[in-house]
Amino acid sequence: MIDEKLERRQLAPNLTAFGITQLRRLGAMRASGLIWVLVIMCAVAAFVSDAFLNPFNLINVLRQVALFGIVSVGMTFVILTAGIDLSIGSIVAVVAVTAAMLLDASLPIPLVIVAGLAIGSVMGAVNGAGITLGGIPPFIMTLGTMVMGRGLAMTISDGHPIHFRAVADQFAWLGQGHLLGLPVPVWVFVIVAALAAGLLRFTAFGRNIYAVGSNPEAARLAGIDVKRTIFLVYLISGFLSGLTALIFISRLTVGEPVAGTGLELEAIAITVIGGTSLFGGEGRISGTILGAAIVAVLANILNLFGVSPFTQQIVKGAIIVAAVLFEIIRRRKNSVSKHG
Amino acid sequence: MSGREHREGGDQAHGAAAPILVMRGVGKSFPGVVALENVDLDVAPGEVLGLIGENGAGKSTLIKILSGAHHADQGEVVVAGEKVDRPTPLDMIERGIAVIYQETMLAPHLSVAENMWLGRLPKTRTGLIDWPETRRRSLDVLARLGFNLDPKAITGTLSVAQRQMTEIAGALSRKARLVVLDEPSAVLGAAELDKLFEIIRRLSGVGVSFIYISHRLREVFEICSRVTVLRDGRVVGGGKTTELDHQDLVGLMVGRKIEDIYPARQRRPGAVALEAKGLSRGAALRDVGIAVRTGEILGICGLAGAGRSELLRALAGADRAEAASFTLLGGKRPSNPRQAIARGLCLLPEDRKSEGCFLPQDVAFNISIAGLSRIRRKGLLDRRVEDAAAMALIERLRIRTRSPAEKISQLSGGNQQKCLIARSLHAKCRVLLIDEPTRGVDVGAKREIYQLMAKLADEEGVAIIMVSSELPEILGLSDRILVMREGRVAANFDRGQASEEILMRAALGLDQRHVEGAAA
Repeated sequence: MIDEKLERRQLAPNLTAFGITQLRRLGAMRASGLIWVLVIMCAVAAFVSDAFLNPFNLINVLRQVALFGIVSVGMTFVILTAGIDLSIGSIVAVVAVTAAMLLDASLPIPLVIVAGLAIGSVMGAVNGAGITLGGIPPFIMTLGTMVMGRGLAMTISDGHPIHFRAVADQFAWLGQGHLLGLPVPVWVFVIVAALAAGLLRFTAFGRNIYAVGSNPEAARLAGIDVKRTIFLVYLISGFLSGLTALIFISRLTVGEPVAGTGLELEAIAITVIGGTSLFGGEGRISGTILGAAIVAVLANILNLFGVSPFTQQIVKGAIIVAAVLFEIIRRRKNSVSKHG
Repeated sequence: MSGREHREGGDQAHGAAAPILVMRGVGKSFPGVVALENVDLDVAPGEVLGLIGENGAGKSTLIKILSGAHHADQGEVVVAGEKVDRPTPLDMIERGIAVIYQETMLAPHLSVAENMWLGRLPKTRTGLIDWPETRRRSLDVLARLGFNLDPKAITGTLSVAQRQMTEIAGALSRKARLVVLDEPSAVLGAAELDKLFEIIRRLSGVGVSFIYISHRLREVFEICSRVTVLRDGRVVGGGKTTELDHQDLVGLMVGRKIEDIYPARQRRPGAVALEAKGLSRGAALRDVGIAVRTGEILGICGLAGAGRSELLRALAGADRAEAASFTLLGGKRPSNPRQAIARGLCLLPEDRKSEGCFLPQDVAFNISIAGLSRIRRKGLLDRRVEDAAAMALIERLRIRTRSPAEKISQLSGGNQQKCLIARSLHAKCRVLLIDEPTRGVDVGAKREIYQLMAKLADEEGVAIIMVSSELPEILGLSDRILVMREGRVAANFDRGQASEEILMRAALGLDQRHVEGAAA
């Protein structure tokens, strides 16, 4: 310990840019660890099943990554502020049934898209307002909107799937179309992820998210508008849930009130597996992308093996616990080395 | 060395009685700070030992070692003739050591009896709690102690003194042989303190030992038979209270000469940077007037709870408060910390870890966060500009870190404090409100922080308001000193007019005669 201190003092005068990049690289190591997990999973999958590397299968996996990935980006924002959003799946359902009804009523497609995104954003804003203005803990607030949202979707649709056959073909592009050989949802995810990563890295809003998640009181004293920051992450999460709902109904050509059931749990799992700390302040979009890929490839492998969906749930749950345990062990090690 | 003399003194004083506690060569370090070094201490049965020292002298660490919350890195701790090795808090309780903190550790919604027997409530044969037996045993213990407490009273509704009595009763019901009282007078009124002293005298008469921690010398002379002085983690002296006087102890506690550690100041105060009149916030702040000029360091002292931190927070817009008038650098009053920083005022809070630092983030993040617009290029944050700005401040403030990309949690307390100063400088603040600038900082780093504060005031005309519990710090650094008591400004001094005695008297609201009478 003392030697280390001395060493640090000697190093202090000749700091170099090289040292900075080296340390930043250390921070990125966890993300690269996830890359290896993904590579090994893909290698194993390719080795044991010929079907895995089949282009149709791979594109299927990518589409899965995209669908879960978009909401997981929103969840990453929320969890970075040390919050949680349980209402994602219900927001998807509300947007799915309302957008399907609007399409069935022959409203112009662009208007329906705007309306769907707006409904999602408003529901996210309700979460944000309850948490910041009302001081309700995020878990409780979003649990409430989760239950209410599901009820709302059921009420609006009277519990039945809503079809929009008249315009189904024109609206199909978003969920079923292809661009440069890749499904459109994959491109949507690429854009969302790139914007999110840029927002976190290059804007004051992104910095504020990390600051609020690291220490809300310090953030307030450092002049950050904590409430505005928290409000906005829930709004973003709601917006991305609305976007996901539109892709869902375009793909299935039906708006179901049960759409998105359990999606929030998938998103939490992906975010946590991607290395975002549930304690807030630590995490990256790159990790969430890898988390989404790992979850999708795992599901694909289990499918290819013919493992029943019931067993798949057991595996997925175990992986979430393992990922969080890994995070806790890492923290404990860090704090031991600090005081050792 | 003096610790050794002290040990011999202790042995002579208490002859044949086997000590209840012996500490030999005890040391404890934290990253960047040596909290305790080669501490020798012993307590005989029935003895009341006073333990005194300034803030940061190592009293809390010593208590935590006694309670089993921390373990000594070096040396040995012997309780009732038996050496203890890495004990748990429960081990120490079972060996008869009870620590009673300022803020009591009771469960506020439970009764006196439940708190006394918590974790070991008597059970009936069927495994349910035996309430009649609990009550009988509680009454028995309370009667033996002569405490007038209802076992059924909910502790949250009791006075602080009654809560301390509950804790003492609980400790003694566990056959405690050594009770450690951590600054009990800080939360007790005069009448309650008399009551506590009466209890201590009675219990020490039947062989229970006490370690009484306080920085109020009057109390130490009143209740303790022997006193040990800690400074910078070492035992620097002590002895029987009958053979020492007030001046001896102050000399031991303060130790170093003030000019050794505090930089020379040029006093060149400029225009008024911040002026507030009639600041009020409930009972915490009552009609406070304050002004500080550019290039000036204004020191604020007073007892804990006198409203010092509340004043800084109100000035920074962190808490709501009424004000009759308020001028900040020629502008109007900021209504929240964001506006305060934008107008050039920054608060560096008392508790760096919980209110100042972003611990999961790196040094550059922590420095730039309050002035992100200054690292923006073409609308986007630029890491290279940020690193360059952070590097410049790291060099200017001599922050010891490997790189701007090092996690701030890896830095020592002193360097974390420098990062927070760097943050306010990066945000171009001209008025700094610093709450306990050197809490949790070791002596070497303290000196650097003092020099830095003096340099900012003298060379850059920064206006600084500093709150501190360390009177030498207030005296060594301030141009003017303001003493607070019960939410009000109790006294105002110029640099040359004040001494530790004068400040302490003003903080306590005592007159000269009273203090001397107690010291004699």
